[in-house]
Amino acid sequence: MNAATPKITTDQIRLLERLTNACAVSGDEGEVRSIVLEQVRPHADEVKIDALGNVLVTHHGKGENRLRVMLAAHMDEVGLMLTNDEEDGIFRFDTVGGLDLRQLVGKAMLVGGEHIPGVIGARPIHLSTPEERKQTLTLDTLRIDVGPGNSAKVKVGDRATFATPFKRLGSSLQAKAFDDRLGVATLIELVKNPPDHLDLLAAFTVQEEVGLRGARVAAYTLDPHLAFALDCTPANDLPAWDGSENEQYNTRLGAGPALYIADGSTISDPRLVRFLMQTAQTAGIPYQVRQPGGGGTDAGAIHKQRQGVPSVSISVPGRYLHTAVSLVRLADWQNSLALLHAALQALTPEILAAER
Amino acid sequence: MTDLLPFLKTLISAPGLSGHEAAIRELIAAEWVLLCDELTTSRLGSLHAVRRGTLPEPRPSLLLAAHMDSIGMMVTSRVGEFLHITKVGGIDPRVLPGQLVTVHGRKALPGVIVQPPDSLLPAEYQNGPLPLEHLLVDTGLPAAELGRLVRPGDLVSFAQPPLTIAGDNLAGHSLDNRASVAALTHCLRELRGRPTAWDVWAAATAQEEETLGGALTSAYHLGPTLAIAIDVTFGASPGSPSHKTFPIGKGPTLGWGPNIHPGLHKTLKALAERLEIPTKLEAMPRHSGTDAFHLQIAAQGIPTMVVGIPLRYMHTPVEMISMKDLTRVGRLLAEFAASLDENFMDGLKLDE
Repeated sequence: MNAATPKITTDQIRLLERLTNACAVSGDEGEVRSIVLEQVRPHADEVKIDALGNVLVTHHGKGENRLRVMLAAHMDEVGLMLTNDEEDGIFRFDTVGGLDLRQLVGKAMLVGGEHIPGVIGARPIHLSTPEERKQTLTLDTLRIDVGPGNSAKVKVGDRATFATPFKRLGSSLQAKAFDDRLGVATLIELVKNPPDHLDLLAAFTVQEEVGLRGARVAAYTLDPHLAFALDCTPANDLPAWDGSENEQYNTRLGAGPALYIADGSTISDPRLVRFLMQTAQTAGIPYQVRQPGGGGTDAGAIHKQRQGVPSVSISVPGRYLHTAVSLVRLADWQNSLALLHAALQALTPEILAAER
Repeated sequence: MTDLLPFLKTLISAPGLSGHEAAIRELIAAEWVLLCDELTTSRLGSLHAVRRGTLPEPRPSLLLAAHMDSIGMMVTSRVGEFLHITKVGGIDPRVLPGQLVTVHGRKALPGVIVQPPDSLLPAEYQNGPLPLEHLLVDTGLPAAELGRLVRPGDLVSFAQPPLTIAGDNLAGHSLDNRASVAALTHCLRELRGRPTAWDVWAAATAQEEETLGGALTSAYHLGPTLAIAIDVTFGASPGSPSHKTFPIGKGPTLGWGPNIHPGLHKTLKALAERLEIPTKLEAMPRHSGTDAFHLQIAAQGIPTMVVGIPLRYMHTPVEMISMKDLTRVGRLLAEFAASLDENFMDGLKLDE
């Protein structure tokens, strides 16, 4: 029960950098999957890749009547798919997952498995009217441009992601796709530092951003007693335009891991929420409650699998998720890892004996 | 052919917003000092490099001017961990959310321009584009540290890294007008070891994006016999009207209109044809939108010309150019400078 808490050091940050720089739009998770496999194989009893591409990792504990605990983190990210070749390096595209079109204009992109650079441009300000500039640029008008003569280097069906490089900014980190490479990185650390009294069932899932589809089949296969979804949730903790108090912050950066009571797809099991809060208090780890509301995590699919799976989500707060550049605090990641590690150490079958 | 590429990547990675060109000026000076006889900086911050000619004094001179300043932003105030900004030069705020930037405070701070969630904005902007006053910069720093390091008036430059595009193309911010500075550098390299009859002034001008003040004062200061502005022009691209744009990689444009001396235009056109450099005529019916607007009316007036490099997505952080066009411009300018002799002005006619 006293296993040392895993720490976020340079090694973990370098791995996160590799994970966020990898391109894995929903349905095309291969790049992240190969990093996950390389990292977990030496530490796992079983590693399986299922029909959708989920990586299902089992680490068996010792003793009888072991609790089967599922932890899920999704490998996929929001992005684009090329849909039409307009020749000479110009392509139409569509979005994969929830993307605000206002975030696409003027961005550098990486296209396809070869990471061919391209851009999403805009008409020069000199050639547009003030009235036009009051309109959001629609998908119909936007194109990815990989450069004249480069049409053959990419093709319709290729995915594209933002080309944002990972960067450390003091106590913060900046990159694309912290949602949910942070969850993936955290889960890798937990697989490397497993509890020895329960069966750890780690699911690195696919297609979360297009309907929690990987988690659904992963939970069926793993058939856990209970589950934790590890994700990254919006921190909308910016100032309101008129100086009024921001009452819709969802979560705040720097306030610790965000625990879910309820979101758009799951009502967390109250026993698991209480347990996480008690664990945090005992271990002196800061945490926050995510404001109940919309959104969803893999828990939305997991908790309804088979006869039902008591589930809870725990997220690292992140600003500007689903945009080119998201921003998180190192301390929130460390505290999320510490809380999950402490929770796994303290978890016993008694938790499910209590009344929900 | 593309040894200019690493130099241009360095140029677009340096700040140098209008009126604050020191960093970019130093980079250009470090290269031009190897290619000219004398280097000076003007009172408004333009860089002047001269290659002395061989004719006896007073010698005629050719001014080749490319502005080195770039568009960007400036801090107006701080709210907690966030900065409000205003613009330097013409920027469509729709390209700003999610852009990497550098805040030039007491030290250079990386950051990002962010669009606050709809719940924190006036109702009229739900789903619509945000005006600049509602966008913020996040440096990831705590409020107290940010307050120590940043104050109103600090510059904010784009930090999108250069993107090498296959087929001899480059994308990035500030290619307007560092692409022309690179073309001018190519011209100076082409002239190495080739004495010219005239003095040749290369000027990297300041403040084009705001006031055109650099070109106006440099032209007065240097008093050239002829002046050519090198600037980028609208590249054919999705969403831009085809009748106002020129394909990238298919050659430079030669300006034509009231800012342009007709005889000078015709001379450049004939020279390009001789050199088999493809060009297109760019109609500039009024203000050319370049330094030429002011070069022409400096002091007693100067015969002026504009050479344009087609560039896609102007004034966004992902402008795109073809390196082929840069080297073509550099060669055309070098051959023109080399062709100038003591009789050139006698043959230069306004009318047919």
